[in-house]
Amino acid sequence: MRTPYLVNLGKVGDIPLGQGICYIVKGTEIAVFRSREKKLFAVENKCPHRQGPLSEGVIGSGKVICPLHGHKFDLTTGQGTEKGECVRTFEIWEERGEIVLNIPGDLLNIKEE
Amino acid sequence: MQKKLVVIGNGMAGARVVEEILKRAPGMFEIVMFGAEPYGNYNRILLSNVLNQSQRAEETFLNPLSWYHENEITLHAGVRAVKIDTQKRCVLGYPLPAKVNAYELYEGSFDQGALVSESYDHVIIATGSRPFVPPIEGQSLSGVFLFRTIDDCQRIAEFAQGCRKAVVIGGGLLGLEAARGLLTHNVEVTVIEAVNQLMPVQLDAESGEMLKRTLEAMGIRVIVSGRTQRIHHDHNKITGLALQDGTLLETDMVIISTGIRPITEIAQASGITVNKGIVCNDTMQTNVPEIFALGECVEHRGKIYGLVDPIWDQARVLADVITGANPSARYEGSKTSTKLKVMGVDLVSIGIKDAEKPSDEIVLYRELRRNIYKKIIIRDKKVIGAILLGDTEYADTLAQVFLTEQAVPENPSELLFGAVEGKALINAADLPDHAQICNCNGVCKKDIVNVILNEDCKSVSAVGAKTKAGKGCGSCRGMIAQIIESCLGKVSYDPAEHYYVPGIPLEKSQLVAEIRAKQLKSVSAVFAALTAGREDADSKIGLASLLKTIWPGQYEDERDARFINDRVHANIQRDGTFSVVPRIYGGVTSPDELMRIAQVAIKYKVRMVKLTGGQRIDLLGVQKSDLPSIWRDLGIPSGHAYTKAFRTCKSCVGTDFCRYGLGDSISLSQEIERRYQGIESPHKMKLATAGCPRNCSEAYVKDVGAVAIGEDNWEIYIGGASGGTVRKGDLLYTAKGHEETIKIFGRFMQYYREHAKYLERTYGFVERIGIDILKSILIEDSLGICSQLDDRIQEAVDAYRDPWKEEAALPAYEHQFEGPRLVEVLREANNNG
Repeated sequence: MRTPYLVNLGKVGDIPLGQGICYIVKGTEIAVFRSREKKLFAVENKCPHRQGPLSEGVIGSGKVICPLHGHKFDLTTGQGTEKGECVRTFEIWEERGEIVLNIPGDLLNIKEE
Repeated sequence: MQKKLVVIGNGMAGARVVEEILKRAPGMFEIVMFGAEPYGNYNRILLSNVLNQSQRAEETFLNPLSWYHENEITLHAGVRAVKIDTQKRCVLGYPLPAKVNAYELYEGSFDQGALVSESYDHVIIATGSRPFVPPIEGQSLSGVFLFRTIDDCQRIAEFAQGCRKAVVIGGGLLGLEAARGLLTHNVEVTVIEAVNQLMPVQLDAESGEMLKRTLEAMGIRVIVSGRTQRIHHDHNKITGLALQDGTLLETDMVIISTGIRPITEIAQASGITVNKGIVCNDTMQTNVPEIFALGECVEHRGKIYGLVDPIWDQARVLADVITGANPSARYEGSKTSTKLKVMGVDLVSIGIKDAEKPSDEIVLYRELRRNIYKKIIIRDKKVIGAILLGDTEYADTLAQVFLTEQAVPENPSELLFGAVEGKALINAADLPDHAQICNCNGVCKKDIVNVILNEDCKSVSAVGAKTKAGKGCGSCRGMIAQIIESCLGKVSYDPAEHYYVPGIPLEKSQLVAEIRAKQLKSVSAVFAALTAGREDADSKIGLASLLKTIWPGQYEDERDARFINDRVHANIQRDGTFSVVPRIYGGVTSPDELMRIAQVAIKYKVRMVKLTGGQRIDLLGVQKSDLPSIWRDLGIPSGHAYTKAFRTCKSCVGTDFCRYGLGDSISLSQEIERRYQGIESPHKMKLATAGCPRNCSEAYVKDVGAVAIGEDNWEIYIGGASGGTVRKGDLLYTAKGHEETIKIFGRFMQYYREHAKYLERTYGFVERIGIDILKSILIEDSLGICSQLDDRIQEAVDAYRDPWKEEAALPAYEHQFEGPRLVEVLREANNNG
C-alpha cells in the first residue's frame, strides 16, 4: 500500500487567481493552480510531450494548456487530449488559508515500511 | 547479372532519368555518365540568379558530386562522348579541351591517348541543346557572350564590371533574364528582338507590347523588329553594333540569346535517325532498340520541348520502360504551361497563344494602367490556350482546367477572376486518388477520403483537424468540400469554424457588438455575460487581445487570460527559460546600447546572444526571476518579440549611406516603430521599409511594407509573408512622404485589428477580403470609416506603455517573476487516520 504524505505548500493567496505555481517537493515538480472559482488543482508539472512547464499554462474549465505546444490536460483526471498522453494528479485542499498537498510516498523517494 | 547503362549528358534530363531509374530499381544497372561540363548537374533555370549574383553557382547544383559516389555512378566529367559504336556496343569519348564550351560544336582534334571507352547494354542520350547563333559579323570578338552555362554567367558578370552599356540580342525568356541579370551590374541595357514583339513563344502581339512598355518603364531600352548585322570594334574592343536598317548602337558588350537547337552530332555519327532532333517513339526509344533519348535533344511526334515539365514526364516513362517497372508506360507528348517571372512581372503562358480557327472563342481582359492582360482561347468548351500577364492569381486553377481538359464553366470569366462565392471550378470528385489537394501541407485526395470514410469527418474543418488539409493557405477548402460531398452526399457545416474564439458561439462582428453593448471590459466579464461564467481556456487569450483592441486604455487586464509570454513579457523557450529582445528602432543601435547589452549578457550568464531576423539582438536562456533586473540594467524598451502585436519595422540603410537608396527608409522605419510599437493585433505584424525596389529589407514580403520609388513616394504593400507561407504583398497605395505613409500603415493595421479573425495573419486576411475591396475601403473611403480608423489607432498608440519599464520598477502582481518554489515536507500522516 502506498503511504500518502501531506505537504504544506504555504499561503493560498500566493497563487494569483486563474494561474499556477510550480512547487518542487523533494525533487518532484508539481504544478498547483487556483482557478477563478477558487478551486485548487495539482498535477505533475512536466508535460509528457516535451516536458513543457504546465504551471505556466493558461487554465479554464478544469483544463490546462501546455505553453510549449498547446497539448491540453484535464486538471482533475490528468487525461490529455493527445493520444496516450496523461499526467499524474494529486489531492489538494485548503486548510486555514494554507494549501495542503497529499502526495504518494513513491514520488518523495521515501521507502515504504 | 547487372546490366550496364551509359548515359550521355549530365544535365537536368540525364540526372533526372538516373534518379527515376534508381527509384524503381536500385542496383539493376551499373551506371556510367558522360558530362561535357566539369561539374555535377545544376538547375539551369536559376542561371539568371547566378548572373545577378542573388545565388552562388554552387546553390544551383542539383546533385553534388557525392551523389554520384553514393549511388556508385561513374561520372566522366568534362568528357564529351563523340560516338556510339553500335556494332561493338561501346560509347567513345574524349576529354574536352579547356576553354571549349560544353555545348560548342567542336571540330578540332582530341587527345587520342585520352580516349574513354565504355561498353554498354543500354544507352540514354540526353545531350540537351546549344544556343543558336544567327550570322552576325564580329560574333567571335571578346565581349560577345552566349548565355547558357554557369561558366557563361561568370564570364558575363566579370566582363560587365568594366562596362557602361550592354546589348542583349534576343527578346525571349532567356534574353530578358540575361537583361535582368545585367541591370544589377549597373549597365545600361538594350534588348534587340528580331521579330516584332518580345517573348514571341509565350506572348501574343498585344501582351508582348504591354511587356515592352513595362520593361521600358524599368529603364531597359527595347528594340523590336531589329536584326543585328555587325558588331563594331576598335582594336578588338567592342564599340557598337549595327542593325540591318542602318541603326547604330553604342555598346561595350553583347550577349546573344536567340534560341536553342538540339545537340545531335553523336546520334548522327552513330546511325541514329535525326530530324530536327533525335527522333524517339512513345517509349523514348530511338530507331536503335537499345538506345533511348530524352530532353531537349529529342524530337517526339514532331515536337521539341525546351521546358522542364515535359522532361520530367519523359524521364518517368523512360525509367518505367527500361527497368521493366511498367513496360507499357507511354509518353504521349506534354501539354505545356509555363509560369514565370520576367523582371518581376508575373507571366503565365498555357497552350497556344493565338486563335487558330475562326470558331475559336477568345475571352479577353486588358487593363492598360496597371499593365494587366488576360486572355483565354476556348475550343469545343475546352481551354486550349491562355496568357496571363501582370496578374496570375488564378493561374493554378486555369492550368488544371487546361491539363485535365475539363469543360470551361458557364461563365468563363471565372477562370480569370475566380468563382463567385468561393465555388470551386474543378470538381475534385473527378480527380484521381493520388492528386494532391492541399499543396501547403502535401495532402492527397486518398488521405482525405480515408478520414471522411473511416474517421467520421463530415466537415471541412474536421478533415483539416485530422489531415491538416486546408489549414495552410486555405485555397483548397472548396475542393475538400467537394470530396466530402462526393463521399457522403452532403457537407456538414461546422458553425464553430467561424467563431472568433472556440468557447463562445459568436462570429467576430457579433462578439464585438455584444462586448460593446454590454460594456464588457475584462475577460471574466465576457465569460460571466456570455457563457454563464464558464471559462474556456482556449478562448481566454483571444478575448484578451480583442478587448485590448476594443477598449484601448480602459481594458481591465487579467493576467491569467494572458499567455505566459505576455504575463512576463518574454518568450518561453523549449527548456522553460526565456528570451529577451530589446527594441532596436529600425535596426539601428549604438555603441552605448551594445555595451549595456553585452554587460547584461555577461552579468546574467546569458547562454546565447543571437541576431534575429528582425534586425535585433536576442538574449537566450534567461531565468524568469532575472527578467525585471535585466530590463532595468538594459534601460531599453521591450521589443515585443513575444506577443501577437506589432513586432518590428526592419530597414535597409536607405539614403544615408547606400548608393542606390531612393528614400530615407531608416528614419521612416524608426518613426513607424516608435509610433506603433507594442500595438496588439490578432496575430503578429512584421513590417519593413526599403529604400529602393531592390528590397534588401524584404518589404515586399512583410505584413506591411513600404518601398521607396523616388521623390519621397512610397509604395505600400500589405499581406506579404515570408514564413511557412511565402506571399508577396499586394500594392495598396503609393503614398507621398513619411507622414502619409505612416498614416496609411496605421489605417490598415487598425482595420486588420478590428476585422481579422484571431490568429489570422495579414496574408490570410488580405486574401480573404481582397486587395481591391481593401483599396476601396482604406484609400477611397467607400465606407466613410477612414477617419474613425485613424482616430482609433491613435487611441491605441496613446495607450501604449512600455511593459519592461513599468514592471521592472513594480511587478504587476506579487510573484509575477517567481520561479519554482522549493518546499520542505512538514508533516506526514497516515491514510487510515
